[in-house]
Parts: sequence; structure tokens; C-alpha cells
Amino acid sequence: VNATPTTRIVTANWDDPDVVGIDGYLAAGGYEGLRAALAMTPAEVIDLVKTSGLRGRGGAGFPTGVKWSFVPQGTGKPTYVVANFDESEPGTFNNREIIEREPHRFLEGMAIAAYAVQSHVAFVYCRGEFLWPGEILDAAIREAYAKDVFGASVLGSGFELEVVLHRGAGAYICGEETALLSSLEGYRGQPRLRPPFPAVEGLYASPTLINNVETLATVPKILEMTGAAYAKLGVENSAGTRVFSLSGNVANGGNYEVELGTSLRELVYDIGGGIPDGRDLKAIIPGGSSVPVLSAGEIDTGLDFDAMAQAGTMLGSGAVIVIDDRACMVQLGLRVAQFYMHESCGKCTPCREGTRWMVQLLRKIEEGEASQSELDLLLNVCDRILGNCLCPLGDAAAMPVASYVAKFRDEYQRHIDEGGCPFGGESSLEGVLAPVDQLHSHERSSIEVPA
Amino acid sequence: MAVLSDDGRRTAAAIIARYPAGRERSAVLPLLYLMQSVEGRLTHDGLREVGELLGIRTAEVEAVASFYTMLRLRPTGTHVVSVCTNLSCALRGAKEVFEAAHDAAGVEHGEETSPDGVFTVHEEECLGACDAAPVVQVDFANHDRVTPERVVELVEALRAGAVPAPSRGRAPKDFREASRILAGAEETT
Repeated sequence: VNATPTTRIVTANWDDPDVVGIDGYLAAGGYEGLRAALAMTPAEVIDLVKTSGLRGRGGAGFPTGVKWSFVPQGTGKPTYVVANFDESEPGTFNNREIIEREPHRFLEGMAIAAYAVQSHVAFVYCRGEFLWPGEILDAAIREAYAKDVFGASVLGSGFELEVVLHRGAGAYICGEETALLSSLEGYRGQPRLRPPFPAVEGLYASPTLINNVETLATVPKILEMTGAAYAKLGVENSAGTRVFSLSGNVANGGNYEVELGTSLRELVYDIGGGIPDGRDLKAIIPGGSSVPVLSAGEIDTGLDFDAMAQAGTMLGSGAVIVIDDRACMVQLGLRVAQFYMHESCGKCTPCREGTRWMVQLLRKIEEGEASQSELDLLLNVCDRILGNCLCPLGDAAAMPVASYVAKFRDEYQRHIDEGGCPFGGESSLEGVLAPVDQLHSHERSSIEVPA
Repeated sequence: MAVLSDDGRRTAAAIIARYPAGRERSAVLPLLYLMQSVEGRLTHDGLREVGELLGIRTAEVEAVASFYTMLRLRPTGTHVVSVCTNLSCALRGAKEVFEAAHDAAGVEHGEETSPDGVFTVHEEECLGACDAAPVVQVDFANHDRVTPERVVELVEALRAGAVPAPSRGRAPKDFREASRILAGAEETT
């Protein structure tokens, strides 16, 4: 599943089916990174991760070692580690495959993080729909306890670590870290105002470190190879490798680990086999459905933080969705806006009302009933959502839709000028359905709670 | 009527004990899954019992339950068939798969559960297996690269009482068993 063996950090053992179990993982040199960490001071571990240049793989790209150093010590409260396995950004499936193939690499990284911030309780927040990955993780955690990797004395070091698996129940917003904490505390998964940041007041108002699964799964190898060696991989400001999830209109979809800075062209054509069925490339979503789109002409953009920022978009969750020339970009906008409308938690007005308004306007445009001013209104609504909410969910609808209009303006204009969809029912996204929104579901709740 | 048996109450206690003392409320999602595993959906009795177990009001429990799509407050089939219709699946024919599933399950237009109570069929957001689009989950077990013909086979197999083998891992026999796994009920016994 990979380019060259030298760039395999997270997926190094994916060809070996035995590493799903702890015996196979230990035989492949597993938990040596944790052993090395336990022989160092927590501050030394944090410094090493800082030196590596590792940045969070969940979407925000915050430097991991710096995040670890923000967790205060000696507060008199417990410190918690929470691993975010609520992978739900459309197009993303690298966390799931990391867990299905080699759960212990992730658990090892989580244990190293717990030692670094001196946390004795770690929670794994597993997406509810990931029934089987959750079972794999549950089995792996039990194995780790049985081998004294977790428990009262981690690998005989005297450092205690308890690990709890917690499953979500179907809510995209819980991938956002403060919403995840609300959910884990037993509430509706709604984001919280920051500051205070989770590092200081997170789970149960205690110091909390939250990291993504891929981020944590990268850590053991950094301990083994040293931070300086890891920092040599990739390009400036984007150290190391990343597991990209490639899907959509591409011949060979899958998870592929490459060094950061590799071009989209190499990923889509050399590794992914290009566009099937003799179609032409139309657009690429480089980092999950919440990021601005790239046009076919931008295929040589590098897969790294700076190159993506220069192109006006983001690496996001590492989900590369390839779109061929059959897709109507108004329908794309409608489907993406519907998703975020459905998943909006309803707490902030610009997101709750704005995403709904975007859907209504996009539907009118698609049906050929929109006036010229309504196209301007759509962009205006996007603009009024941006930066005005507690969490990035509203932005995640506004940014991509505004980019579809900016990059495919002619196509939007044709819908208005021609009074209908120029694809005439032949678009690959014609009539795609989105789940009924939660409000609608709730109205149909058949539970009557007596007074 | 109590939803949980004595055994069930012991399981509930073990679930609550996973969380730090004083933080029992964190067990609300697994306890709701546990009620769902007994009743095949959530009822008022189930919500009230979760509230009693955690020392919070029924309305607070319902406020949580109604936020999450995997917790079912409405009538629900023996089997839940979820068809991903998000981008990567939509680009590869998810609409036809959903329509085929809906028809084969005998769900009426605008409804989600078949009149015989065997199936709930609904459109789902991204299920995180986009290289295998279109993706369908049967009681949360994944089926990859599903064609309209294949989804009809899956529905017919379920109707005949079979448990179709998923693309990876093991399949629960129905929605109740899936809910029991999600509660972590097996992990505590």
C-alpha cells in the first residue's frame, strides 16, 4: 500500500497480519518506544517530540510537543489523556485502518503521551459506528493489561496507567475536542468556549491532553529513531510522513503513507493510478470535505502545510477526494452544505441558521430558480458564518462552498442563466440524498414524557 | 416496568465503575446502549431507568439521547441498514444502492422502517471506508463496494434469518446485539 519502504513510519508493519495482536506486535519490536520513554524524564520525552517537528494529524496541525508542554503539572487535580478516535470527516479513513491493522502502535503512542504529561488515566473516544474497530481496540487494551503494559506498573517502571474505551453514538461534532469532552462527560456533544483550553481545564475541568489517533501512532517510531531523524523527513514546517486517505473518482483508492511535501499528482496518478473510465480530472478536495477545493490545474501542489496554505486550502484530516468531470459543482456544494447542516449542534446561531440558509440557496440555484442576487447572498451567508462560532463546524461548511463558487463560478452562473442544471440529470451527484436533519428526526420522536 | 434484569443491573454497575468516582454521568451513552440492547430502541422506561442509575432526571437523559443518531427514540427494525451517501460514496453510485435497499426492505416512501418491523433503512453520513465506496453497514458491520444487486441480496439474506458476513470482522446478529457490544456489556462480564 505504499511508495517506498523508507517512508513508512505509521504503516511500517501493515503487510504483517500478525501485528494486530500483542505477541506479533512485540515480535516486530513493539513497545520499545515506550520502554525508551520510561527510561527518560517526562521533560526529555516532550523535548524529543518537539524536536521531531511532529504536528497534529487531526486537522489543526498544532505542534504536538508544544501541546504536550502546555499541560500543567502539580495542579492538585488528576491529569487526563483523551485519544480522539471519532474519525468522521467525510473522506477520512486512516485512523480506522491504523486501529484495524495495528492497534498497539496507537496504544503505545498514547502510553508515551500519558507518561510525558504524567497522566494516569487515558480515555479512548471511539466513534460509535466503528463497531469492529472498537472490538479490536477493546481486545488490544485487554492484551496490554495482561502483559503489564497498562495497569499499576507500566512495563515494570512503577508508572501507573489505566485505559478506558468509550464509544460515541453518532455525532460528527464530537470530533471537535471540546464537544468530545462534553460527550465524554455525559452531555450533548456541544462545543465549549475557549479559553480555558482543554490543556488547563478539559475533562472534568482538569488538565487534559487530546490527540488524534494518527498523531499518537507516529510517536513510538519517533522515540526509536530520535526526533532529529524524524525531522529530516518531509519538508520545512511539515516534518515526517502522513497517511493520506485517497478516494472518489480514482483507480486505486486507499490509505497511502508518503512524506509530507509529496505532490498531489504523485499521490493521485503515480500511486492512485489516476482517473478511471477515461474521464478527466475536475477538482480535488485535499483535506476532507471541510477544506477549500483545488481545481485540476493545481494538481502539482505539495501535500504539506505551507504549500496548501499558499493554495488557499488545508491538509485537514488528510482525506484526498478526487472528482472527475461528471460532477456538478452546485450539487457538490449542496451535498456538503447538507452534511454540515445535519451535523450542526445548534449552539451558535450563525452555524445553525447559516448552514440551513446555504442549503436553501444552493437548492434554488440547482433547480434553476435562483436570481443573480441569491448567488451573492450565498457568499454573503458564508462570510457571516466564518469566524463567528465557538467551533470550526460552520466554517467547515462556509469555506468549501465559497471556494466552489470562486473556482467554478461559470458553472454556478450557468445554473442561473440557463434556469437549470447544465448537466441535465447526467451529473454523477444527481439527486444524492442526505440524512434527514435532526430537528425532523426529533419531531418524529414517539416518546411521550409524562409531566 | 424495569427494563434491566438483575443481570442487566450488574452489567450497568460494572459500566458505571469504569469512570472515576463522582463522574458516573459519563456512563450515560453506554447505559443508553444497554437499554437499547434490551428493548431494540429507547423507550420512556429505558430513559427513566438510566436516570435512576445515574441520579439525573429523565429529561436530562432524553436531552442526551436525542442528540445522537445511533440512539433510536423511534420504532426501529430488527436490522438497521445504513447506506453512506456522503461524497466519496455518492460519486460512486450510493443513490442507486440506497434506493435498492429501500425497495427491497419494503420501506414505504418517506418512511425509514418497514411495516413488518424487520428493517430500518436510512441514509448515513461518511462511514470512514471511502476507498471501498459505496459502503453499507448492516447493524454497524461494514460491507464494501456494494452494488444495488448486492444490497438486495443482503436484505433478502437478513429476511431469511441469515447473518451476512461483513467485509471485515464479525457481524452482530441484529441491532440489539450491536447495541450490546456498543454498551461494552461483553467487556464487563
